[in-house]
Amino acid sequence: MLTYNLRLAFKSLRRTPGIAALMIGAIGLGVGVCITTLTVWRLMSANPIIHRNDVLYSVTLDNWDPNNPMYARSPHLPPPQVTYRDAMAMYASDIPTRKVAMRKSSFVLDPGQAQGMKPYQVITRLTNTDFFPMFDVPFLFGAPWSTDADEGAQQVVVLSKETNTKVFGGQDSVGRTIQLDGQDYKVVGVLDEWAPTPKFYDVTNGAFEEPEDLYLPFSVGIRLEMPSTGNTNCWRNQTLNTWQEFLQSDCVWIQYWVELPNRERVEQYQNFIDNYVREQKRLGRFERPLNNHLRRPDEWMRVNEVVRDDNRVLVGLSFMFLAVCLLNMVGLLLTKFLGGAPIVGLRRALGASRGEIFKQHMVEVGVIGIGGGLLGIVIAALGLFAVRNLHDNYDALTRLDVPMGLIALAIAIASGVLAGVYPTWRVCRTQPATYLKTQ
Amino acid sequence: MLHMQSISKVYRTDLIETHALREFSLHVREGEFVAVTGPSGSGKTTFLNIAGLLETFDTGTYKLDESDVSGLSDDARSRIRNQKIGFIFQSFNLIPDLDVFDNVDVPLRYRGMDASERKRRITEALELVGLASRMKHIPAQLSGGQQQRVAIARALAGSPRFLLADEPTGNLDSLMARQVVDLLEDINRRGTTIVMVTHDPELARRAHRNVHVMDGQVTDMQPFTAKPLVAASAVG
Repeated sequence: MLTYNLRLAFKSLRRTPGIAALMIGAIGLGVGVCITTLTVWRLMSANPIIHRNDVLYSVTLDNWDPNNPMYARSPHLPPPQVTYRDAMAMYASDIPTRKVAMRKSSFVLDPGQAQGMKPYQVITRLTNTDFFPMFDVPFLFGAPWSTDADEGAQQVVVLSKETNTKVFGGQDSVGRTIQLDGQDYKVVGVLDEWAPTPKFYDVTNGAFEEPEDLYLPFSVGIRLEMPSTGNTNCWRNQTLNTWQEFLQSDCVWIQYWVELPNRERVEQYQNFIDNYVREQKRLGRFERPLNNHLRRPDEWMRVNEVVRDDNRVLVGLSFMFLAVCLLNMVGLLLTKFLGGAPIVGLRRALGASRGEIFKQHMVEVGVIGIGGGLLGIVIAALGLFAVRNLHDNYDALTRLDVPMGLIALAIAIASGVLAGVYPTWRVCRTQPATYLKTQ
Repeated sequence: MLHMQSISKVYRTDLIETHALREFSLHVREGEFVAVTGPSGSGKTTFLNIAGLLETFDTGTYKLDESDVSGLSDDARSRIRNQKIGFIFQSFNLIPDLDVFDNVDVPLRYRGMDASERKRRITEALELVGLASRMKHIPAQLSGGQQQRVAIARALAGSPRFLLADEPTGNLDSLMARQVVDLLEDINRRGTTIVMVTHDPELARRAHRNVHVMDGQVTDMQPFTAKPLVAASAVG
């Protein structure tokens, strides 16, 4: 009976092509707008490190101005980054199984023999070797550098897959040398595709930015006195004429993460940072009340409002728009179905039960829903293309994947069915005798 | 076969009540060909709708095939319509965008028959009405008489116990009307009970029995004859 009802549905739609096009258009537009906003929201609110969410913690200490909180809107929040002094003090602790102090910087990479390429700027992450296993970073060639390289500030580098492709044509470049700011760095590893979205480990410098082009030991940046190209926030009136003065300042510019395998270690580490801050308070620092936090990635992204409220509002508005489209569709379906009441009356006279008529019309709205869903996917793709062109940093957020395509179809079919229930119910109430004389 | 006793039907609006049937009683035996006549508005179509379970009635009893059908659910009434009753309408009531085959197929679909059984019945019914070669035509490609024969094939395909015909020749010219009535007589001879509403006296005379309806009541009921009344009077 389903194939029969499908055949009837297509015949019915062909009978009123204008109304059918309007209904598919209405549902397609509503679904397209919803899927556009949902796609952005879903990728924004995803947790790309959910499988390690229970063991990773971002560390924040409140060393900020006692009179003016860093965020006037959220005065309870400490700065999202830490100072160099505090990062180094925390790095000395062996409570975490892994720990990483890191920042964003940039170098000029000279591709050397790479044909036809001029030196270009590369975004760099200065970090510790623990960064790679902590954040489950996949390697295509080689491996992370050693702890010796961290301690000795050795000039080693891990390339992103894209950089390796650009400079070495995608070949295994481990052991080869690249030149950054005029100095040689030995390639120890090449990453596979890796672009966590949001970039949870550094939401301060853009949660939706592309991943870095290459990775160097944190200590190298300190030795070379490489300025940070990420956010650096200072509050105390301090003289910062030299690199050493900057390192000893209360400016926050370093992201600090630890891996704590269980509850006991978390408590232990919380005590450690609290005690450290109490000690610093005695030295005249950390004038605000004790406000140190260990936050898991999901909480970290929530606190830092990776998904902004206006995105949620936008999703809500898009569903309201879909509701308006559906109301229009209800009107169109009523017109269409009641226009077909004489044939429904005839079918009822010939033995169709109300249930059969209901099924027949629900299959028809299902077909309209699928049509609307397919159109909605096209509209969503165009919408995401527009978002991508408006915001350079939203590349990763504007991918319409298979699950979202399926969700689009599901929403469209559900919407069609929802809009179709009342008109179908109305037409099912048709008394068989009503139209038989007048048809 | 069909036994109505004191059936009343009133249509009500905010302002008026219309008594379509008053104490309407009629008994149709198996194998009969009954013509129901009467002026417009006399209640003929209401009677036919109630007989075909297309409408409910207010008071009285109605037994179809010895079963009381007064209090049946909508689904049960649909099932009986589908399995026991065939309908023929004045305006043919074919579905315009279905071809002849699919139009005849409609009631069979709701009976849940498999495809081969449906095809066999449709072919047989169309052969009986002489339209087997027009299966793929849509109604608009057929003459009025042909459309009515398709409607008759649709009514017959389900092998109903009785046929209800509402002015079956009302939209046909005399030649086509005669062909349709010949066909109905042939169907009746094969054992199907027919109740036909008409206000064409010539057509009514071809039935075994005439029932005259006036103001929602049976006012005149000519006795059953084994042969059509026309033939009976010729003999007499």
